[in-house]
Amino acid sequence: MSAQPASPSKKPPSLWARILDSDILASFLRSKVTMVAAVIVLVLFIGAFFSPWIAPTNPFDPATVFLADANIPPAWQDGGDPKFILGTDDQGRDLYSAILYGLRVSLVVGLLGVALAATIGITLGLLAGYLGGRVDSLIMRIADVQLTFPAILIALLIDGVVRGVFKGANREDTALYVLVISIGLSFWVQYARTIRGSTLVERNKDYVQAARLVGLPAPLIMLRHVLPNVIGPVLVILTINLALAVITEATLSFLGVGLPATQPSLGTLISIGNRYLFSGDWWIVTFPGVTLAILVLAVNLLGDWLRDALNPRLR
Amino acid sequence: MLAFVLRRLFQSLIVMLAVALIAFAMFRFVGDPVNQMVGVDTPQEQVAQLRQTLGLDEPVVVQFARYIYNAARLEFGVSYQFRLPVISLLGERAPATLELAFMSALFSLLVGIPMGVYTALRRDSWLAKIFQTVSLVGISLPTFLIGILLIYLFSVTLGWLPSFGRGEVVKIGNWWTTGLLTASGWKALILPSITLGLFQMTLIMRLVRAEMLEVLRTDYIKFARARGLKTRAIHFGHALKNTLVPVITIAGLQLGSIIAFAIITETVFQWPGMGLLFLKAVQQVDIPIMAAYLMLISFLFVSINLIVDLLYALVDPRLRATIGAH
Amino acid sequence: MSFKTHCLAAVAALALMCGAAQAQTLRYANQGELKSLDPYTVNETTTNAHLGHPYEGLTARGKDLKIEPALAEKWEVSDDGLKWRFFLRKGVKFHDGSDFTADDVLFSADRVRATGSNFTTRIPTSAKFVKVDDHTVDVVLTAPNPILNAQWDTWYIMSKKWAEANNAVAPTPAAATSPSHASLNANGTGPYKIESHQPGVKTVFKFNENYWKKIDGNIKEIIFTPISSDATRVAALLSGEVDVIEPVPIQDIQRVNASGNAQVLTGPELRTIFLGFDQTRDELLESSVKGKNPFKDVKVRQAFYQAVDIETIKSRVMRGLSTPSPLMIAPELFPTAGFTRAKFDAEASKKLLAEAGYPNGFELGMDCPNDRYVNDGQICQAVVGMLARIGVKVNLNAQPKAQYFAKVLKPGGYKTSFYLLGWTPGTFDSHNVLYDILGCRDVAGSSRGESNLGNYCNKKVDELTDKILVESDTAKRNAMIGEAYKMTVDEFSYIPLHQQALAWGVSKKVKLAQRADNSVLLYYATKEQ
Repeated sequence: MSAQPASPSKKPPSLWARILDSDILASFLRSKVTMVAAVIVLVLFIGAFFSPWIAPTNPFDPATVFLADANIPPAWQDGGDPKFILGTDDQGRDLYSAILYGLRVSLVVGLLGVALAATIGITLGLLAGYLGGRVDSLIMRIADVQLTFPAILIALLIDGVVRGVFKGANREDTALYVLVISIGLSFWVQYARTIRGSTLVERNKDYVQAARLVGLPAPLIMLRHVLPNVIGPVLVILTINLALAVITEATLSFLGVGLPATQPSLGTLISIGNRYLFSGDWWIVTFPGVTLAILVLAVNLLGDWLRDALNPRLR
Repeated sequence: MLAFVLRRLFQSLIVMLAVALIAFAMFRFVGDPVNQMVGVDTPQEQVAQLRQTLGLDEPVVVQFARYIYNAARLEFGVSYQFRLPVISLLGERAPATLELAFMSALFSLLVGIPMGVYTALRRDSWLAKIFQTVSLVGISLPTFLIGILLIYLFSVTLGWLPSFGRGEVVKIGNWWTTGLLTASGWKALILPSITLGLFQMTLIMRLVRAEMLEVLRTDYIKFARARGLKTRAIHFGHALKNTLVPVITIAGLQLGSIIAFAIITETVFQWPGMGLLFLKAVQQVDIPIMAAYLMLISFLFVSINLIVDLLYALVDPRLRATIGAH
Repeated sequence: MSFKTHCLAAVAALALMCGAAQAQTLRYANQGELKSLDPYTVNETTTNAHLGHPYEGLTARGKDLKIEPALAEKWEVSDDGLKWRFFLRKGVKFHDGSDFTADDVLFSADRVRATGSNFTTRIPTSAKFVKVDDHTVDVVLTAPNPILNAQWDTWYIMSKKWAEANNAVAPTPAAATSPSHASLNANGTGPYKIESHQPGVKTVFKFNENYWKKIDGNIKEIIFTPISSDATRVAALLSGEVDVIEPVPIQDIQRVNASGNAQVLTGPELRTIFLGFDQTRDELLESSVKGKNPFKDVKVRQAFYQAVDIETIKSRVMRGLSTPSPLMIAPELFPTAGFTRAKFDAEASKKLLAEAGYPNGFELGMDCPNDRYVNDGQICQAVVGMLARIGVKVNLNAQPKAQYFAKVLKPGGYKTSFYLLGWTPGTFDSHNVLYDILGCRDVAGSSRGESNLGNYCNKKVDELTDKILVESDTAKRNAMIGEAYKMTVDEFSYIPLHQQALAWGVSKKVKLAQRADNSVLLYYATKEQ
């Protein structure tokens, strides 16, 4: 938050140096909560990305889903069917399989969206901070414009544009890209602002001045010298944003601009289940909801730990 | 300094124009407003005529220029669905959204700051750990689900609080309405404020905690300790005071996003605010409302940003120096 | 003893009085908003029902949807069918106290056909309204029209004087630059006055003590609030915050009925939900079949028809609340006896597809709304699964109605290969279905077949349809309608699915008659203490 006065210091240790220096492994092993969180995240990622081999059925293949199996409760309840451990949804999909597949979709959307946001944000932040002046003003004003558009609206707009430009495009094919772009375009500002702030501080330091005097080209200085020193906080934002992106995707599904119900993400499953909250079919919303909450919680805990571990002053 | 202010004002104006342009250009793809206005059995000549009266057959540039010209005179056109001036519709809905935003901001500050302070001071106590984890649960579920669950618990099961609307409102002056003067108005505010404020509360709690931890490590706190000041005085007189400046700044910036993100909360609780109006407008492709709403939100953001920047420039001599150097 | 009785009586009287004062306020929540009070701007069932409280037409429809006299006491048709004479009710007053006369009818007839009105089809453009005296109006037609007044129950009569005094002579145009008085205020002859109206937020109706007729209900005040979120609407009913909601999502019906303080009124709706094929393009827009259109082959259409397991859709998606339909019209509007649905038979479907030259099926796109009809998105998803089982791969494009209609309707260029749509004939008459849904689209300048998105076309059906319009003998007319339907059914023109169910949530304290056109009319409601 508070910028340290630009003292005539030496080049600060780079990110990796700091990571090694901070006995990051030791701090990881010290915190039981973090270890549990890491294990959970690992399990969920494996479950998601190996879902075609783990899941008993393929919920995305309509030929294997039978409507007659719809709304079956979990196996341990009256009327449950051992074929469907966690029960089925309103189309007769096995909820356990649907959650695994849905988790994969959600994570892909989240990871790609956040990666896009970080790429845009870091690039613009570096440019704004390093070059300053007009470029800085322009980029920061673009950031202001962007803040006006909530992710929901961006998704609606992009969804419309995609359909307008690619006439006859099917939502099934475009929804994923629409979500990734919407999340990318609505999350980049945070990265840009953070990077810009630290770059403003770094660019006046001796090592950057020296590089400039040597005659290194600006892009090289930004990438090789400035970036490694300002990227620390970005890792924290990345983890927290991944959690936020998954939540945003769920919210967009609720508003009808998320992924189609034929290829449900975790968020789509929740908004489908949301309809059955009062009718007693609690499992349709509960299991995907709990999965989402556990994922977000674990990722956030990892983010917390990472922030503390990377902050030398907090140790 | 004056040059700086003028330049920032000019930039803000450009921002507003850019928002208007982007919004306007994209609206054309969202759907066809004429389809929404006519019935299925309306003859085609009438549809074409309507399109012409609305000026939808003219080039985008002309449509945009006309829009800006009118907007400059505070005329945002007439809603396609309601056939009422957008400005009066938004004006009617604004108090609801502003009141909700204010209450949820208040909630997030009043709950978030003490929790943040506690978790910073008692870093390793079990209660602090519970606070930290529980606050994360609040942001681990999508807003709409939290809202529905709160309704299910407090309205349907317990019957304590209303599930929708603003309760009884009282009119103040010509256009402001408030729910703060009636018991039912207060009751109606509770669930939506919590739903909307939960996310900000977590944010503020974590921010306060982080800032407190930083401040507690600074030399002057160490010095104060060394001087033998009471712990309580150090914590609340010095540390917290220093923490609050950035917290308030962030909270100020969040107010804008609270208003923007009230869309979901207002939908779940049928809160008669601008967000609900906007979402309906999107579904019905009511371009005048969409455009005016976006302009309003961007105006809000730009103003808050401008004020924050100016305040910083006044407060921080270092920044003032950079500004002078430009 | 006698003292005690007295006391009890007094208490009872007091309770009655309190009850009377309290119970007559009814709180009603609907999914949709009441946008404008101008009765000629939004032609949509819910809005028409709302405005049926302050306004009335010359005719009305009763609880059974039969046409009844309203502002017109009676009417007669000349032998050649070219002149209709309407006798207006005397002594009726508008809410502002002015008298209802023939001038108001003439004025309303002009206004409803003026630019900006969405009700222009209520009266033929060429029909002339002639004032005979203050309480008699002649309608002169250029061609006989036995269903002239079929939709006049929602052609609401406005006051000429009031409109002129308030600059509301023209229907509020969509491009208006200033608010129209008529969109924020109402002055009708109906049983309820508008007490206050906040567009999209809240509307309060107060009983019109001077109403010309005794109403069935006992409601003195109606507070209407839109609640668009399904869960919130149901919650508001369950917690007793509102007395009537429409609609109740069908999956929540059991929960509401089990709650003890509310119940769900269900009944068949007149809307028919169906699937349509593009039968006109030489190549489908979104399909793996190139160079030809598989839907031009009746065998493919039959294969699709027989692949749809309507009973499972009924039991699982509709939770039993639908009536599978053999025709494109509801049984309440035309007797469907004698027609049956082609049997669900996936094996037969596969065979038919193979015979048509698609032994391995094919791939195509399907368009579907997901917020328009009861569980529309789920129905389409189920259909996708059923077609997958006969080897047809369907790419479902389920969208909100704004985007869906923009794509598939006429202004969007009918860009669809296979779609789901619902239709209620506005006139409650088969002619509307035969003309709009089953009529050929190929005559330029004609509105025939405008909602026949896939352009099913059979000239013989068109010929019959034209005869049906002018035939006034009911028996003959019905025979011709039946003949026309038979032709369309034999050709598998569409896949009619079902009539969906109405589901209104009503507090146990309220009694309410349910009309099959889904109009919630609260002058039928009684609320007890």
